[in-house]
Amino acid sequence: MTRKQKRLAMIGGIGAVLLAAVLLVMSALRDKIVFFYTPSEIVAEGKAAPGQRVRIGGLVKEGSLVKDGGKVSFIVTDTEQDLPVTFTGILPDLFREGQGVVSEGAVQADGIFAADTVLARHDENYIPKEVADALKEKGEWRGDTQ
Amino acid sequence: MTVELGHFALVLALALSLAQSVLPVVGARRGDVRLMETASWSAITIFLLIGVSFACLTNAYLVSDFSVSNVWENSHTLKPTLFKLTGVWGNHEGSMLLWVLILALFAAMVAVFGRNLPADLKANVLGVQAWVLAAFLAFIVTTSNPFVRLVPAPFEGKDLNPVLQDIGLAIHPPMLYLGYVGFSVTFSFAMAAMISGRIDAAWARWVRPWALAAWVFLTAGISMGSYWAYYELGWGGFWFWDPVENASFIPWLSGTALLHSALVMEKREALKVWTVLLALITFSMSLLGTFLVRSGVLTSVHAFATDPERGVFILGILVAFIGGSLFLFALRAPLLKTGGLFAPISREGALVFNNLFLTTAAASVLVGTLYPLVLEAVTGEKISVGAPFFNLTFGPLMIPLLVLVPVGPLLAWKRGDLPGALQRLYFAAGAAILASVLVAAFTSDTPVLVTLAVGLAAWVIIGSFAEIATRSGYPGVSVSTALSRLRGMPRSMWGTAFGHLGLGLTLLGVVSVSAFQQEVITKMTPGSTISVAGFELKLLGIEPRRGSNFVEDVVRMEVSGKGVTTHVIEPSKRIYTAREMPTTEAGIETYVFSQLYISPGDIEPDGSITVRVWWKPFVTLIWLGTVAMVIGGVFSLSDRRLRVGAPRTSKAKVAGAAANAQV
Repeated sequence: MTRKQKRLAMIGGIGAVLLAAVLLVMSALRDKIVFFYTPSEIVAEGKAAPGQRVRIGGLVKEGSLVKDGGKVSFIVTDTEQDLPVTFTGILPDLFREGQGVVSEGAVQADGIFAADTVLARHDENYIPKEVADALKEKGEWRGDTQ
Repeated sequence: MTVELGHFALVLALALSLAQSVLPVVGARRGDVRLMETASWSAITIFLLIGVSFACLTNAYLVSDFSVSNVWENSHTLKPTLFKLTGVWGNHEGSMLLWVLILALFAAMVAVFGRNLPADLKANVLGVQAWVLAAFLAFIVTTSNPFVRLVPAPFEGKDLNPVLQDIGLAIHPPMLYLGYVGFSVTFSFAMAAMISGRIDAAWARWVRPWALAAWVFLTAGISMGSYWAYYELGWGGFWFWDPVENASFIPWLSGTALLHSALVMEKREALKVWTVLLALITFSMSLLGTFLVRSGVLTSVHAFATDPERGVFILGILVAFIGGSLFLFALRAPLLKTGGLFAPISREGALVFNNLFLTTAAASVLVGTLYPLVLEAVTGEKISVGAPFFNLTFGPLMIPLLVLVPVGPLLAWKRGDLPGALQRLYFAAGAAILASVLVAAFTSDTPVLVTLAVGLAAWVIIGSFAEIATRSGYPGVSVSTALSRLRGMPRSMWGTAFGHLGLGLTLLGVVSVSAFQQEVITKMTPGSTISVAGFELKLLGIEPRRGSNFVEDVVRMEVSGKGVTTHVIEPSKRIYTAREMPTTEAGIETYVFSQLYISPGDIEPDGSITVRVWWKPFVTLIWLGTVAMVIGGVFSLSDRRLRVGAPRTSKAKVAGAAANAQV
């Protein structure tokens, strides 16, 4: 191979890797990202198709927490709409009724949200940012925790 | 009084760093030796001043001086002394002070150990280092002052967030910062090279040890953070692709690329411009990491307080340094001469391949980390990018790299012999096939990809020692000859071997846990038993205990079976009294490389408890692999070539002087 051909082969190889990476990233951004919705957006507007992975956030409704062995169910609310949630596992230490929560999973055909992750807060002063923003939109934000 | 002294020392350090930002650089331009000389003394003085400042803050913590707002918010008289000490950097202000302390330490080390650097290079390096110092000192003094007083002083502090009261946290931030900030030195060297427009192999010989040292600390820091999250947060995961983790992982990836490209530059004088660019990018990514973690744009355990003013300030620093350095690069890079031709199949070619994949992987992680922030800013839509994204992008990019890891070191410089290299890897290939076959034979329903991944790990692990094995000549020569040859091999070769070995071990751990871990979630009452992965677990009872600043319910779990002697694991639910904050302390028992991980749930009024138990096969390899990487880095650092680098530079200087004399 001449020097020019060598150089072309090298640049071509690098270009191919970069192209592959860009395609991978773009397809992953289309399929693998998870949207965040409030209970209103799911219950009233139907934004999340059944089975689609989404994140939800809101407040845990007072008195809605029911535990049965490892199975837990509770209601997430943004004060306008309620979304029932089921979860199998151990809730984070700082999970409380009346407090903010973020959860990931999918809405099932029966309208119940099957969560596989319930996100923990790391300290008691912290309310998940998405939840704070969602509540601000609803005019329910009291701004007392930050 | 000491508090004011600390504050005063900090402001003085800021003033001095402003002077050091200008004087040595001007001196280097004018060839004024006296101006250039100021840099060394001011760098050392700044380090001492910030040291005094840090000591004053530490003292305030140790004596629980709650008249200092920072101490009041993050400490408590009943907190164990160790955590009073580590609490100094368990908050935003204190951790930034630690950041600049380390930054100043590195500048001082360049001043002390850089005696035989060319005077103008040293002056420029210390000048650039002072720009970074001045920017961050100004940030601390104006927006994050740890010495703010409270009047009247409260009687008791608010205590440190309990999940941060842990020995892992004591080590994780300083390690990580040593890594982040260590790359500031390579950044300063790159900037100095562009300011003077000169780069030679001596430059690379200086950059590589710094990049290596920074990389060693960053590796250790990330590994500590990962292990801390694993055992402290009680979720049993070792890596969450959380933006905050990515913030440290991106500079690690580009720093790893930098290590390898500096090798080419030092040995072969090729890839100069690229190495300079990588040095700029790596520190830029460290700054970006600091911004993401400290500005509060991300919510996490690291975002101690959200204050928009701070975010804007760090964003300003970020834009100035990244934009400024890239602008200078665009102006000056064409001046840097390239050299050293090589064939595509050669050691250089392999290292270019390594750099290509590492930087592309870093870019894909960067996109995944920033995309949600950008999307929310532009469209208001909220999304999260998690493990599925990174598995699809980062994963495939790592596979070709891992396949070639054992091959690269076996190729010769300039022009390599691929069939010859592959021949020497027959043993590793055999091990890989054997490992895959064993996995397929002894497990059922294992996906083909997992089988192949285990084979790949074996390939990397065994292949990492192929170079050393070949050079020892064994079995062609006697054992004693082989051993003496092993002893004579350069340390950097051992460094490469251990670094690559670590990569393979970590891969094996990750694959094994992801594919073969077993999990049981169940409700237990005292006396009841469950079985997990061949172990019998019996709940003996729940026992209240009291610690210095917490109360806890200890869940006593008896483990038997699988040939281990019967023993008790004690996970617990704690409540830290000052903040009334509950935490879960997982119970972890290690069996060779595997672990049993017990995470207790809430204790019900009827005395029953939900427990989540994992069997994590070979999980500790994930972190042992990083230990091997660190050992490899230390081996390379201790290489004779790097230690005797100094005389060579002076030889080069003499040669340069001779050349000048001839002109």
